[in-house]
Amino acid sequence: MKLKIAIILILAGVLLAGCVSNQPAQVQPTTTVQPTKSLETVTLNGAGATFPYPLISKWSSQYYGINPNIQINYQSVGSGAGIKQITARTVDFGASDAPLTEQEYTNVSGILQIPESIGAVVIAYNLPGIQKGVKLSGDVVADIFLGKIKKWNDPKIVSLNPEIQFPDKDIIVAHRSDGSGTTFVFTDYLSAVSPDWKSKVGKGKSVNWPVGLGGKGNEGVSGLLTQNPYTVGYIELAYAKLQNIPYAYIKNKAGKFIEPTLETTANAASGAVSTLPAGDASWSSVSIVDATGDNSYPIGSFTYLLVYKDQTDQTKGKMLAEFLWWAVHDGQKYSSELLYVSLPEEVRSLNEKTIKLMNYNGQPLIQG
Amino acid sequence: MNKSKWSFFSRRKLSGDLIFEGVVGLFAVFVLVIAFLLFRELFVESELSRNAFGFGFLTHSTWDPVSEVFGALPFIFGTVVSAFLALVIAVPFSLGIAIYLSELAPEKLRTPLSFIIELLAAIPSVIIGLWGIFILAPFIRDYLAPVLSTYLGFLPLFQGPMYGLSMLTGGVILAIMIIPITSSISKEALLTVPIQQREGALALGATGWETTRMAVLPYARSGIFGAVILGFGRAIGETMAVTMVIGNSPRISESLFAPSYTMASVIANEFVEATSKLYISSLIEIGLMLLLISIIVNIAARILVSKLLKVEGGGRA
Repeated sequence: MKLKIAIILILAGVLLAGCVSNQPAQVQPTTTVQPTKSLETVTLNGAGATFPYPLISKWSSQYYGINPNIQINYQSVGSGAGIKQITARTVDFGASDAPLTEQEYTNVSGILQIPESIGAVVIAYNLPGIQKGVKLSGDVVADIFLGKIKKWNDPKIVSLNPEIQFPDKDIIVAHRSDGSGTTFVFTDYLSAVSPDWKSKVGKGKSVNWPVGLGGKGNEGVSGLLTQNPYTVGYIELAYAKLQNIPYAYIKNKAGKFIEPTLETTANAASGAVSTLPAGDASWSSVSIVDATGDNSYPIGSFTYLLVYKDQTDQTKGKMLAEFLWWAVHDGQKYSSELLYVSLPEEVRSLNEKTIKLMNYNGQPLIQG
Repeated sequence: MNKSKWSFFSRRKLSGDLIFEGVVGLFAVFVLVIAFLLFRELFVESELSRNAFGFGFLTHSTWDPVSEVFGALPFIFGTVVSAFLALVIAVPFSLGIAIYLSELAPEKLRTPLSFIIELLAAIPSVIIGLWGIFILAPFIRDYLAPVLSTYLGFLPLFQGPMYGLSMLTGGVILAIMIIPITSSISKEALLTVPIQQREGALALGATGWETTRMAVLPYARSGIFGAVILGFGRAIGETMAVTMVIGNSPRISESLFAPSYTMASVIANEFVEATSKLYISSLIEIGLMLLLISIIVNIAARILVSKLLKVEGGGRA
């Protein structure tokens, strides 16, 4: 009896000791920097949007080849969580599909917003026998998602596509059920082109959808699209291409019907450059939806990296600034193979200015 | 009751025993503390929403994150109806399984069958959800829904278009997920019925079915009811699989073919991207409501199950 109890106590003690001693051992490698210069290894932690995750992973592995002393961990936990984590300073950089709102921007003083890539959202559909390229305009898309246009052979759709024979079928509307940057971009576009949408629904990462079925994630919406004939939904361009889901050509501000491609999305971004604010200002009103330009696809958005202007750790700050510099220049060449839009020249030079603002105790961390 | 045991220990003056008791007692208290902190956190963090919407939070049905108007009624409706639907489907199945395993199955089959049914409970819910999207939802849309609307279409329950993702699909998925727990606990309840009970009925000339119906089932009634309540609790809290197939549309519809939304689903869907304080607070208040419903259901189950154990003791003696 006594022996048994003694054994149990010893085991419990070992267990407790294990719990206690484990903690510092796990934390150490991420926070401390080896004092000797030649051996120093830095881990940069990031968190945020799921959309740029494949691109940031690619950067992380490619950059390791250039500078093996730097390790980049990125958790794709969603833009909102990324903003929360950078605000709480639990990560070195955040990522968000939407610019910080005015309120978020004032909550995190000294934040820099660096557009890292551009995403496009396509209006995808499942119409048996009809390939990609159905022509739609902004107000028609808004009316479909408001539930005002109920049938595929509605005169408003037919008049845009006189050459296509549309079936007399109900339109099934599919949207994202989870809060997402994709929804933000899409509703931002609808708010820009339809006053009706703006007043009834508005823009946000989650909105109060007047009609339709909610699928979780891009995979949920594309599941709805592929399984239900006569469905229409919105998904990321890359996702539609990889899954081979047909999508619509959208009428832009210049009145042209534009196929969503990496190039037409980049056009929209370069068209907006003259209106972009400085990297340390508020970007809350920045939007490249419904952009000007003959060949601009109207439903797209920058996706942003978020870092602090005043870095608190000299080595780490320098490493971070160098990585960002690389990412917005050489890193962009990995964009197109992963179906991301690479940044136009004008945005890169804007980012250069932003990254040069990063400093440690007033000393700039990068010279260019 | 513990007096004799206690004096035994103190007579021996085993300080080791005292330390051991202290340590394990601490572990037990720890669980209580966590439960309390969880409840407190949900209560405190939902303050903003409770102040802004008051009781109307439970009765309003607009959920609009853009203009920050939040009412949880569609989610409460979706949770309760989908869990209830799951019970309607799962209880006959579970009872059948339990009766077969405890009364009819040959001894050799009992253990492997019980094992397989319990294995069903170990499948991760995201896997069940994916199966739901790709197999179950199209099956219900193409085969089950047309049959239901043809023969029962006069009921509002089975009217309207059916796109696969619906309250019905959610209910079926939940039913599949609660069958293991409901059937295995029902089986345990049936096994506690004393053999004399069956022998007596058979001796009076009852058939096998009559024995089960008149002598066995009434005896195990409270235990089976406890199993059903536990299944209900599981169905209320289930998140992933049901989110993937229920259609996520916060509207109250009388048709089971319409999409719906549950409390757990809206938290899973929207919490990550919720940034405004009122929005987060409202999601947390939904969590609080969910916790309250779960606690009530579980306490009810506990009371019923403990009643069952008393019956067992009496029956065996």
